[in-house]
Amino acid sequence: MSHTETHAEHIDEEHDHPSDLKYVKIAIVLAAITAAEVVTFYVEDELGALLAPILIVMMIVKFGIVAAEFMHLRYDSNLLTRVFVAGIVLAVGVYIAAMTTFHYFSS
Amino acid sequence: MTTSTTTEHVGAAHPTTAPGHVTSTGLSNEKLSMWLFLGSECLLFGGLISTFLLYRNVDVELAVGDLYDIPFTSVSSFVLLMSSLTMVLAVSAIKRGNGRQTRTWLLTTALLGASFVAGQVYEFTVFYREGLGYTTNVQSSAFYTLTGFHGVHVSIGIIMLLSMFVLSLKGRIGPERHEALEIVGLYWHFVDVVWIVIFTIVYLIR
Amino acid sequence: MAITEADRPILELPVGERTVRQPLGVFTRPTATTGWRSWLSTIDHKKIGILYGATSLFFFFIGGMEALLIRAQLAQPDGQVLSAEAYNQAFTMHGTTMVFLVVMPLAAAFANYLIPLQIGARDVAFPRLNALSYWTFLFGGIVLNSSWFLGGAPDNGWFNYAPNSGLSYSPGHGIDFWNMGLLIAGIASLVGAINLITTCLNMRAPGMTLMRMPVFTWMSLVTQFLLLFAIPVLTVAQFLLMFDRLFGANFFNVEAGADPLLWQHLFWIFGHPEVYIMILPAFGIISEILPVFSRKPIFGYPFMVFSGIAIGFMGWGVWAHHMFVSGIGPVSVAAFSLSTMFIAVPTGVKIFNWVGTLWGGKLKLTVPMAFAIALVAQFTIGGVSGVSHAVSPSDTQQTDTYYIVAHFHYVLFGGALFGMVGGLYFWWPKIFGHHLRERLGWWHFWLMVLGFNLTFFPMHILGLQGMPRRTASYNADMGWDVWNAVSTVGSFLIGVSFLFFAYNILTSRKNPKAVADPWDGRSLEWATTSPPPVHNFDEIPTVSHLDEWWHRKYQEDDNHKLVRVENVALFASEAGPDEPVHLPSPSYWPFVLSLGLPFIAWGLLYSYWLAAFGGVLVLAAIYGWSLEPSVDPAGAHHDDDHHVGPQGEPVAVSADAAPDAGAAAEEITE
Repeated sequence: MSHTETHAEHIDEEHDHPSDLKYVKIAIVLAAITAAEVVTFYVEDELGALLAPILIVMMIVKFGIVAAEFMHLRYDSNLLTRVFVAGIVLAVGVYIAAMTTFHYFSS
Repeated sequence: MTTSTTTEHVGAAHPTTAPGHVTSTGLSNEKLSMWLFLGSECLLFGGLISTFLLYRNVDVELAVGDLYDIPFTSVSSFVLLMSSLTMVLAVSAIKRGNGRQTRTWLLTTALLGASFVAGQVYEFTVFYREGLGYTTNVQSSAFYTLTGFHGVHVSIGIIMLLSMFVLSLKGRIGPERHEALEIVGLYWHFVDVVWIVIFTIVYLIR
Repeated sequence: MAITEADRPILELPVGERTVRQPLGVFTRPTATTGWRSWLSTIDHKKIGILYGATSLFFFFIGGMEALLIRAQLAQPDGQVLSAEAYNQAFTMHGTTMVFLVVMPLAAAFANYLIPLQIGARDVAFPRLNALSYWTFLFGGIVLNSSWFLGGAPDNGWFNYAPNSGLSYSPGHGIDFWNMGLLIAGIASLVGAINLITTCLNMRAPGMTLMRMPVFTWMSLVTQFLLLFAIPVLTVAQFLLMFDRLFGANFFNVEAGADPLLWQHLFWIFGHPEVYIMILPAFGIISEILPVFSRKPIFGYPFMVFSGIAIGFMGWGVWAHHMFVSGIGPVSVAAFSLSTMFIAVPTGVKIFNWVGTLWGGKLKLTVPMAFAIALVAQFTIGGVSGVSHAVSPSDTQQTDTYYIVAHFHYVLFGGALFGMVGGLYFWWPKIFGHHLRERLGWWHFWLMVLGFNLTFFPMHILGLQGMPRRTASYNADMGWDVWNAVSTVGSFLIGVSFLFFAYNILTSRKNPKAVADPWDGRSLEWATTSPPPVHNFDEIPTVSHLDEWWHRKYQEDDNHKLVRVENVALFASEAGPDEPVHLPSPSYWPFVLSLGLPFIAWGLLYSYWLAAFGGVLVLAAIYGWSLEPSVDPAGAHHDDDHHVGPQGEPVAVSADAAPDAGAAAEEITE
């Protein structure tokens, strides 16, 4: 039992917590998305300019699932999500801005 | 991180979250601090990834993208992804007080992680033999540094998993200490999540 | 919770035997409460704060000497005091020392000492990690300064631009010492940030909502978030440089197609938040001093908090204003110029709020108050020159001239350092139990104000006249003689002012004891003895107001006039706590871990065996630490020296004393 939860929170945690079976199902979904990503490798030319956006969407979905379910963010306090999202948003923002000054996104 | 019954705790919080102590947010110190650390790691890996992306645009004789073996790396990625599953199963097992299962899943996670690292090492060896060393060009330096940093993080994770395995064997971590394993798990999942990003951006999008 | 079999250290003997306190059979658990060993193994935030402060002041002396060397060289045209090579080392080390080894750790000293007291806690969230922060900082500073003895100090400026920092232009080890020393010190900052954020969020006294925290704690909290996210960016830059120099990587190898601007971006993405990291704690300090000596609450508390948060956010969006002439192109320049202009706004809010605090207050002009007011005035001057930098066309002339040197010294010295020195005078009685002498303090203050302004104001003029930075000498026919001479005189005056400070410190120890609350303070640190007992408060107070201590002392009558409450008890007394307080136990492991780091650094440069030795120390310390309980269970069962009375002396406790039910903690919902 987590050291600092109240009894009520503990009960909530038990109910909201994914079961082992649910975890396996989530893993299957992740594997399926990974398989789809690999498929894009074989149909790269057909996808053309859509390749990058499709892959990025799949990446974000996988990232989100692992963070929300495996890392339990969905069931934990908002504060933890905010702290992690802050790091991600800051990193993405700052580095995209830097790369823009390098004209990375323009030809 | 436990204290005895003769411990007097006057006041709201004890420096490390001992049982029965309320923190202002209701979260344990250890868990909050791991998430803070992971937030900072986003900036670290973001910097390494951006560096790679920048240098990938430089015209070089031997580009790392020419040497990829996507099917092989896909298998590696799948292995690491599954290790996240075995990790949550380990945490689930320790909550139920099943030491044996905990250790089984811990060991499996460590082995899957080690397979991933072995796969990376193999991949790098192949690249090296093809002429792409660490110092060959700007791209190769960036590629090996990024994936190398990630690999080191995985390796440290494996050491932590094996340490937890040994502690579990010695009966040092039971269900009341499940949070320690949960926190190791957070680190492990993060390392997996970073690979999800690297696999897409570095390998698949070229 | 009872200690079970599983919880005892591995080598501990079975129940009934006298516990052998030898984790891993290597060290006995330290128990000293006095003497040098107690300082080596301390995990008490107050002692760690004092260590940080003393060490910073030592490095301030070194950095100050470096500054005086610079000024001596520039006193006259064609100066002969330093060669060009020596001059480059002097200004590089001066800047690096002042930023990383003085201002940042001084801020850490205050944060460490005050935050737990101000939020009503007994220590930080992770006391051993706190100790690690200090020792790592110390060893980082040692590695950096070891360069003087090992072939020469770094000489490429505190910002160490590529490709100058590479092997072809800097073949000696100086740059490596800069890199490794700061990498090690960076660990201190990152770890400290995690610790203090967790402390502020998790360990507040019952009733202390976030909006009842003192402004100093708030500013420190924002600072820690900035550190948390900014240090890794610098770390990336430093690893890339290290790999270039040690392993032949190509990150800054222009011939291979690398872009030196990569360094500049990474450095300044860290570097701009860094300047807010340096100033926000000082803003917090004066936000405590001004209200106390105006006998008024801080004007616009929510605005102070939110402007601090705004500065924290906006500080991430302006970094390339350090790169206006680096060739990033007009679009980027315009964007960053705009964002830089915006960031003046939240800081302006603070200036108005400080003035609003003073306005209509019953002012008491003490030495700390003087330093605080000086910050407001001098930082404003620095801010005004900053606004002129934000306008990129004018910056194009100003950049790399002494105008910039004037700007950042006005905000960092005239701002941050003045604020921190004021903080030292303010909290000295609390920390050490006696006052610093006012008269000597006034000498210090006036000489410092005079010296500081004489040194740096003329630099605005010199900069506009075109005098470039980082050049060892200037020609007699440039017309810069007079102001340089004035500036040098001013710098030595600053030195003299600090002699008064040093003399004050050294001779004040025999002063009469200070009372708990000599200034009639507002926040909780004044509610305990001076110095505080090791456990901070006998009983953790329940908080119901901002400025809780003030509200305990003063009530308002029907006419809204303040009436002093009779006989308000302190939250700590000679008698000590009613029930013994269990504190985390001291530990050598943080020191041992930190000790391994410089060996790794030197080893990477000279001998991999040395690095391996350092690595073994670090690894052993990590395991020793993880396996060592944070509270020595042997202390609970057999020894009573972790049950403390108010002076930190052992207090006997019977083994079957009833456990305290714990003070009822209010639900704090955020």
